[in-house]
Amino acid sequence: MFKKKSTCGQCPAAHEGMLEKLGLRMDRWDHVIALAGNPNTGKSTIFNALTGLRQHTGNWPGKTIARAEGGFSFQGKRYKVVDLPGTYSLLSASQDEEVARDFILFGQPDLTVIVVDATRLERNLNLVLQVSQITDRAIVCLNLMDEARSHGLRIDDLGLARDLGLPVVPCAARQNEGIPFLIEEIARMASGQTTCQPRRLEYDIPVLQDAVSRLVALLQRTFPKITNAPWIAMRLLEGDRRIMEAVRSGELGSQRFDRNAEILETAKG
Amino acid sequence: MDQSTSNREKILDLSNSLRWEIPANFRDKWVEHIYAESARLAGRNTKKAGNSRRVAWEQRLDRLLTSRLTGFPVMILVLAVVLWITIVGANKPSAFLANQLMDIGHPALKSFAASIGMPWWLDGVLIDGMYLTTAWVVSVMLPPMAIFFPLFTLLEDFGYLPRVAFNLDYLFQRAGAHGKQALTMCMGLGCNAAGVIATRIIDSPREKLIAILTNNFALCNGRWPTQILIATVFLGTLAPPAFAGLVASASVLAMALLGVALTLLTSWGLSRTILKGEASTFSLELPPYRPPQILRTLYTSLIDRTIFVLWRAIIFALPAGAVIWLIANLQIANNSLAEHMIDWLDPLGWALGLNGIIVLAYIVAIPANEIVIPTILMLTVMTTGVSGVGEQGAGVMFETQGQPLIQILTAGEWTVLTAVCLMLFSLCHNPCSTTIFTIWKETRSARWTVLAAFLPLVLGILICGAVALIWRVTI
Repeated sequence: MFKKKSTCGQCPAAHEGMLEKLGLRMDRWDHVIALAGNPNTGKSTIFNALTGLRQHTGNWPGKTIARAEGGFSFQGKRYKVVDLPGTYSLLSASQDEEVARDFILFGQPDLTVIVVDATRLERNLNLVLQVSQITDRAIVCLNLMDEARSHGLRIDDLGLARDLGLPVVPCAARQNEGIPFLIEEIARMASGQTTCQPRRLEYDIPVLQDAVSRLVALLQRTFPKITNAPWIAMRLLEGDRRIMEAVRSGELGSQRFDRNAEILETAKG
Repeated sequence: MDQSTSNREKILDLSNSLRWEIPANFRDKWVEHIYAESARLAGRNTKKAGNSRRVAWEQRLDRLLTSRLTGFPVMILVLAVVLWITIVGANKPSAFLANQLMDIGHPALKSFAASIGMPWWLDGVLIDGMYLTTAWVVSVMLPPMAIFFPLFTLLEDFGYLPRVAFNLDYLFQRAGAHGKQALTMCMGLGCNAAGVIATRIIDSPREKLIAILTNNFALCNGRWPTQILIATVFLGTLAPPAFAGLVASASVLAMALLGVALTLLTSWGLSRTILKGEASTFSLELPPYRPPQILRTLYTSLIDRTIFVLWRAIIFALPAGAVIWLIANLQIANNSLAEHMIDWLDPLGWALGLNGIIVLAYIVAIPANEIVIPTILMLTVMTTGVSGVGEQGAGVMFETQGQPLIQILTAGEWTVLTAVCLMLFSLCHNPCSTTIFTIWKETRSARWTVLAAFLPLVLGILICGAVALIWRVTI
């Protein structure tokens, strides 16, 4: 005999009642969520859907220049959401890319939601792969699924999740489609119920591999808390001044959230 | 040196020495690797089910909106249609608001003040000064804004702005500026302060400065109503009634395009003098067209833009109203202070094709461009005696559109030249105080801020002076 068990409790829709959009009321919070993504993928729309704020959205790349912050509360936990400027990559050094990269790296968000344009998956995955070299707590929000459908595109979100080693949540934020699932996934990862093992890229150049592994060993001894040592090693080899500075000052290993604002200020200034 | 510090230095030393051992192009290899991996993962997890009708449709639309042949005409046509809808649509609501607030509200307030025995000066400052100016601001600005902003936001939502940038990119590059300046200019069409902040998307400091210095040539919220009102009242009435709306729209359009031309011209001048350098390249992604969310757009553009701008205008209008009433009523040697100032400014105004009242209005309204027109009208009314000021409930006949307004203005000896020069000067003068402050915040340089403030002003004085001179010599 089967035990009769209600599945309603597992459905995110049942939890949506517990969602409270806090807007700008963020005096204290339990978790910090960063929203990253390519320009014009609907980050601000997702930000508005989560926080209830009315951050101006516009259909052109580069609209969010500074970062915006808002909050929501779900199942008794309070979340601060930081909407980062849209970037194609974290490797070059324009002002907006640096803001995004420094926040993910030094701002120590509890997790990063990478908003992805489902209709331009190939180009968007570049950023996903780059972010997943830096952090191991990320969720891919496959946004604009409505447009993908009208373009006749079918995306295997489970296959993608397996390949990336990250949870993938299909959304159409403009229609609020998938947002409850996204919130559910955020809550699960923030509380440590789900963990992920993002796919780390291999470096198939022997000399490089050797150099990276020597640096990684030293990095891990000096900064036991960091989880992205190979990526840091790559940046050091490239001579990234910001990262070198962070190593020199010991900022790399620090875990203080209150530095966020300061870092972003200096990154912007 | 403690243990951890020396370890940290060791990391840096090691990375510095290893850097010479690894291949120099490892970064490119690494980037290539990421791209190849992305392509593989995307290909593996995406299936294309047939050809989409939507892609074909989008490509056809893009060809129409961005081709060399049709891009510009379509752009101008779109702007013209938006302006025409605004001008034609704002007419009746403006008249209605003016009627409610001024012909009915003002006498009612006056008789209320009289019934509680308010002293004449307090009644003057509050009701004839602050209330009337604010009433002007609301009735002149609210209707055009409530039509123009939602239309503009719908275009933005649809994805038209990047296409405009795409079309203008070539011209900006020729002018030695950054192609993204087309986007910041479009933002400036809403609000110059927002446009100046938007210049952060430009990486090169040189091109960012050019974009900041020239942003003021994009007609902003505060100045559209001035252009629309003067074009409707003066230039529209020159044409037969059936074409009034068209003529008015065409003249506002001409001013907006002149603004674009001035942007390009000053960018060109700057990039060849004090901000020399090559234009840098960039890639601009044309986003997909998205059906605009009409209700949401209406809501956000009404709340965020219309009410926000109107509120700001009212805040500035209240003290300006008090100042206007005071200078119009402080008597020095049998004449009001305002009359003395107007007499004194008249020669300057005349030389610019304007008059002393307009120049004085610009001085009174330095904090906010948007109240220039109300200030001009108040000063004209108070100094030409179209209606008695300070007399209880004396027939203050205001109607923003149509004959009564033109009577007020012709009583102030306005001509077509005055209207044209006012439109030109409104396009081309110092940015409002908020924009100047934003420029300072973005550049952190007093020198660039001062230049940004005076460059358009000097240009405006030159243009108006030249137009007035040529006009008077030829006509």
